[in-house]
Amino acid sequence: MRKIYHRIIQISGNVITIEAENVANGELAEVRSDRGVSLAQVIRLNHNRVSLQVFAGSRGISTDSEVRFLGRPMRVSASEALLGRIFTGNGSPRDNGPQLSDNMIDIGGPPVNPANRIIPRNMIRTGVPMIDVFNTLVESQKLPIFSVAGESYNQLLARIAMQAEVDVIVLGGMGLKYDDYLYFKNTLDDHGALSRTVMFIHTAADPTVECLLVPDMALAAAEYFATEHNKRVLVLLSDMTNFCDSLKEIAITMEQIPSNRGYPGDLYSQLAARYEKAVDFEDAGSITILAVTTMPGDDVTHPVPDNTGYITEGQFYLVHGRIEPFGSLSRLKQQVNDKTRADHRTLMDTMIRLYAEYKEALEKQSMGFRMSDWDQKLLKYGEMFEDRMMDLSVNIPLEEALDLGWKTLSECFEPAETGIKSEMVRSFWPKAESAE
Amino acid sequence: MNEKKFTGRVTGINSNMLSVAFSERVIQNEVAYVVTDDGARLKSEVIRVRGQEADIQVFENTGGLKVGDVVEFSGELLSVELGPGLLTQVYDGLQNPLPELARQAGYFLKRGLYVYPLDREKLWDYTPVAAAGAELSAGDTVGTVPEGIFTHKIMLPFSWHGKWKLTRVCEAGAFNINHVVATASNGQEERDITMVQTWPVKVPISCYREKLLPVEPLVTQVRVIDTFFPVAKGGTFCTPGPFGAGKTVLQHALSQRSEVDVVIIAACGERAGEVVEILREFPYLPDPRTGQNLIDRTIIICNTSSMPVAAREASIYTSVTLAEYYRQMGLSVLLLADSTSRWAQALREVSGRLEEIPGEEAFPAYLETLVAGFYERAGLVQLNDGEQGSITICGAVSPAGGNFEEPVTQATLKVVGSFLALSRDRANARRYPAIHPLESWSKYQSLVPERIITKARLFLREGNEVNQMMKVVGEEGTPTSDFVVYLKSEFIDAVYLQQNTFDQVDGACGAERQKYTFAKLVQVLEKKFDFVDKDEARSYFLHLRQAFIDWNYAPWDSEEFRKAEAAIDATLAKK
Repeated sequence: MRKIYHRIIQISGNVITIEAENVANGELAEVRSDRGVSLAQVIRLNHNRVSLQVFAGSRGISTDSEVRFLGRPMRVSASEALLGRIFTGNGSPRDNGPQLSDNMIDIGGPPVNPANRIIPRNMIRTGVPMIDVFNTLVESQKLPIFSVAGESYNQLLARIAMQAEVDVIVLGGMGLKYDDYLYFKNTLDDHGALSRTVMFIHTAADPTVECLLVPDMALAAAEYFATEHNKRVLVLLSDMTNFCDSLKEIAITMEQIPSNRGYPGDLYSQLAARYEKAVDFEDAGSITILAVTTMPGDDVTHPVPDNTGYITEGQFYLVHGRIEPFGSLSRLKQQVNDKTRADHRTLMDTMIRLYAEYKEALEKQSMGFRMSDWDQKLLKYGEMFEDRMMDLSVNIPLEEALDLGWKTLSECFEPAETGIKSEMVRSFWPKAESAE
Repeated sequence: MNEKKFTGRVTGINSNMLSVAFSERVIQNEVAYVVTDDGARLKSEVIRVRGQEADIQVFENTGGLKVGDVVEFSGELLSVELGPGLLTQVYDGLQNPLPELARQAGYFLKRGLYVYPLDREKLWDYTPVAAAGAELSAGDTVGTVPEGIFTHKIMLPFSWHGKWKLTRVCEAGAFNINHVVATASNGQEERDITMVQTWPVKVPISCYREKLLPVEPLVTQVRVIDTFFPVAKGGTFCTPGPFGAGKTVLQHALSQRSEVDVVIIAACGERAGEVVEILREFPYLPDPRTGQNLIDRTIIICNTSSMPVAAREASIYTSVTLAEYYRQMGLSVLLLADSTSRWAQALREVSGRLEEIPGEEAFPAYLETLVAGFYERAGLVQLNDGEQGSITICGAVSPAGGNFEEPVTQATLKVVGSFLALSRDRANARRYPAIHPLESWSKYQSLVPERIITKARLFLREGNEVNQMMKVVGEEGTPTSDFVVYLKSEFIDAVYLQQNTFDQVDGACGAERQKYTFAKLVQVLEKKFDFVDKDEARSYFLHLRQAFIDWNYAPWDSEEFRKAEAAIDATLAKK
């Protein structure tokens, strides 16, 4: 029987401090107050002073509230019973189902040994040309969607999840609006995907500290399915900016020296510890992470998107309901887009380069300059590109999208104007039109 | 060497920083081990002493540690093992071989599991060089073993001061690294020499006669570097750039194609996925210079972003120490550190936990000193035996928000000889490598005479000005002669600055080829064209560009190469 402590000597933010012996770093405790019972986790030890962050928040905790240490860190049940279930950030059921207690494993486990990783090799088809053609998503990739409040990023996330060929979907919601939570749930249900989904949902109304646990809970479950059951797991995290803000809140409470706009100096390491869980194993499954990072003030140099960009393998910019061709990047596309079709890379580079020139022509036009023949061609091309490729309602397989790309080029330009290697032009430039 | 081992007890835990009460003696930067409940010993380093408490940073996750846990002080500074068998290895920041850890612990890294860096069993064909009676000082060759394509020198340990006389040497034969190959005496004591020695990572190895001025170009086969912003053997350069600008792709290209003896790749706090490509591909990629595989000249130090942050700080020092070891053998070593910003961030995390007064952006005030100290470990040196060895350091920098004004970039710029600025605009326009031709600079000597380079630079600058002007006055307001300058600058960019790293031919442009191609480029730049209008000029340059790109993709000195060159000449002759 473990000792119960009754004297809380400090309450500050969501962190309480007590005097206790023989307490381990990271250990869980139950805090019982008039408001009910909450879990709490040890975050700092100094002689016999123990600081704990209280998951439900410190409001209503009295100096004589009861603290009982549980002798274990935060855990999640690693079992197939997770599938089809919905939990809160601290792992309790949100769906009236039973509490799970089988095969409990620690969350936030050790990193994968880099020597065990393999080079990603499988493309994930999404049916979105801006992804499939220009920034191919690859199994085991970690990729954020950079967006701003008000954009339909959760819809995009859900659509990719539904169309991607994966075995298990783990959804981690952080600070999710209740409507968005229901949207995810309904979409998964409509597509019959709920039975292969696990959800850890922290809504905007839930206590902040629980938000911090969501990625670790989701990723521990994902690791279980990937390593024990050889499943291809897709982890969706929305919105990682809320997670970072929770980190900031705790760091400030703990009087840590902030590094940039109040965020703690270890923000990069904290994010990396989560994103780096994305992995492909030689003889087991894989974990792919798609996350949403909303950019406060649409500023990509804000510490959250900035640190994220350095960690993840590319990013999709979602602007005005379209995936922007500039800035969006899949770092792993080189691993797979040489195996799709011989023309994939060339077409991808050429179309983007010409689209960039279209943007310049557009600028010239808006300033009232005379448009040369070349500019006219670019203007025609740019509009076609936006309609045929960038529109998110376009839903076609990769091969069809590539054919459409060549068609678009041939409708706008002469082969030499595109700067494509002559050999490639001979094989792929549509000939049918000229023959007709 | 210290007989007596001291111990202490944990009094406080703040993330990976522990406070430890001790009663006897501690040494700043000595290694300590925290003993956990289950008997594991977690490696740590003393980083501050205050009264009877020492602050130690633990190279592992500290979950489950308790106040009162025992800490053992080792009495030795954080060190690496130096000896034959380092090449081809993949180490973490503390020199644990990762494949061996994987064999013992499976998919995930296991806390407190440490493995010898060098194989204890493997036999090496030892040949003595120095005879009994020879008088040696630290760094002098005792004998050699073949290590892959190199003759690996077994040297008198770097830490031995003064003159040592060999009292006994062993015959040639196959031995493991712990075999005593010689015994030496300095008149007071006699010590054994084996094939392996240890060296504290944070102290530079300085067993050489003098440091020389780096002049010989290091050929990277990247055109924009070798021709426009060259690097010298023994020099330092940095590649700062925002994310997505192609830092890592550039570093990979350098690691594969640079003409040096040994390449050390320090993946410091970056993505694990990037190292995996090297891990999986290098064993099979041929090294055209030696006929062996690339891995045979490579050491990888891999402390990726999710691995413990304290070990990330150590990994930079571990890698440069290994570089110094091979430099001592008279080899040219290229150290690629990706990324030094992550190292600086590790320093910042530690500094924050020590509650030091923060400098700019909360980086510690001593950041510049440490950055300078790291780059100063590069250099061309004349060794005691008259041979030359060099370390070239390339540091990737990841400035927050892509802003070069931040402290790490600024501290780096002060101490490097070449600055390759990667630009987001160029990356967005898919102009790779995204090294900005107007912002970058180099203090080293190019493959091509400076006079000609200056001419090409002038076109780039003027072309940029014309382009800016056209944005204001429009194309119609620009004289055709100016427009041609702009087209020429775009031509340099498209056919020379831009290079397809992923293409085996275009990606590897040797020194000879660069000189040859650049001469042709200059011919185009110097030629006076007479165009009727801008459309004719544009279309002419489009064709010329096409011909030149085809030429770039043709293997050097092949039939295809000559045909493509003839096509260019024909186009040129038309105007």
